[in-house]
Amino acid sequence: MYGALWRVLPGPWWLRALILVVLFAATVVACVLWVFPFVDHFIAPTDSTVDA
Amino acid sequence: MNRARGGRRRVSVAGVFGELLITAGAFVLLFLGWQLWFNDLVVGGAMHENAAVLEQTWDRETSTAGHGTPDAPPVLAVPPASTDFAVMIVPRFGADYYFPIAEGTGTTKVLNLGKIGHYPSSQMPGEVGNFAVAAHRTSYGKPFNGVTNLLVGDHIYVGTADGWYEYAFRNLEYVRPTGVGVIAPVPQSDGANPTDRIMTMTSCNPLFSAAERIIAYSVFERFYPRAGGPPDEIAATVAGGS
Repeated sequence: MYGALWRVLPGPWWLRALILVVLFAATVVACVLWVFPFVDHFIAPTDSTVDA
Repeated sequence: MNRARGGRRRVSVAGVFGELLITAGAFVLLFLGWQLWFNDLVVGGAMHENAAVLEQTWDRETSTAGHGTPDAPPVLAVPPASTDFAVMIVPRFGADYYFPIAEGTGTTKVLNLGKIGHYPSSQMPGEVGNFAVAAHRTSYGKPFNGVTNLLVGDHIYVGTADGWYEYAFRNLEYVRPTGVGVIAPVPQSDGANPTDRIMTMTSCNPLFSAAERIIAYSVFERFYPRAGGPPDEIAATVAGGS
């Protein structure tokens, strides 16, 4: 999968590496800004209230 | 990932599946890092700012604030759900400890925003009976993370538009999640007629679990009207936030 991605990317090795770093950073930022806050709603929080 | 040596490039189903699993694992770790550290810092910072803004607003409106004496504190009207109506300052938790208290204990609208939530069935600050609040002990700004560091007699201040209510920490208690007796007007005494002013803080126990609840009781000591300024012990926090 990642091998195929490496072969599909154009340019010399350093350009491919740069593209991958940018893609990785964009993924992390998207996760932190949108994906994680959304997923968080579906994960049972450690409840701190007392409730009958 | 190309496992084939000698120039042969081959993509196997197992190989792709393995890479997907590794990727999924990395995302789970990233999520945990976000929840336990990054989001925690962001939320904690935002709540400090939120509390400081509340206090500044009250300072500007001090002429409309109710009057009270050290022994006879004013009692706020019950605010609408999810509204911030107070701040909490605990010198034992550090001079930068500053969290808003909102009405209600809903997770998405109050607790997960990093706020301390007031049990609507309990009394208001300074009222005879029990002012009961809940907050997270881990993540989401973790307002009650340091609850086990409290020593008997440590002051816990609840600031409102009227002034500051000083409570003194008394003891901890551990109960099951269904132990609602802790937020009764007289804690653990159902139907008893309250004569004291108590504050109850509830949070989860043990750390990172929801199996039990940790309870911290405090008793009201005195009230400082806003017009007279904050008590010396919290002056740095109140001033530092503005």
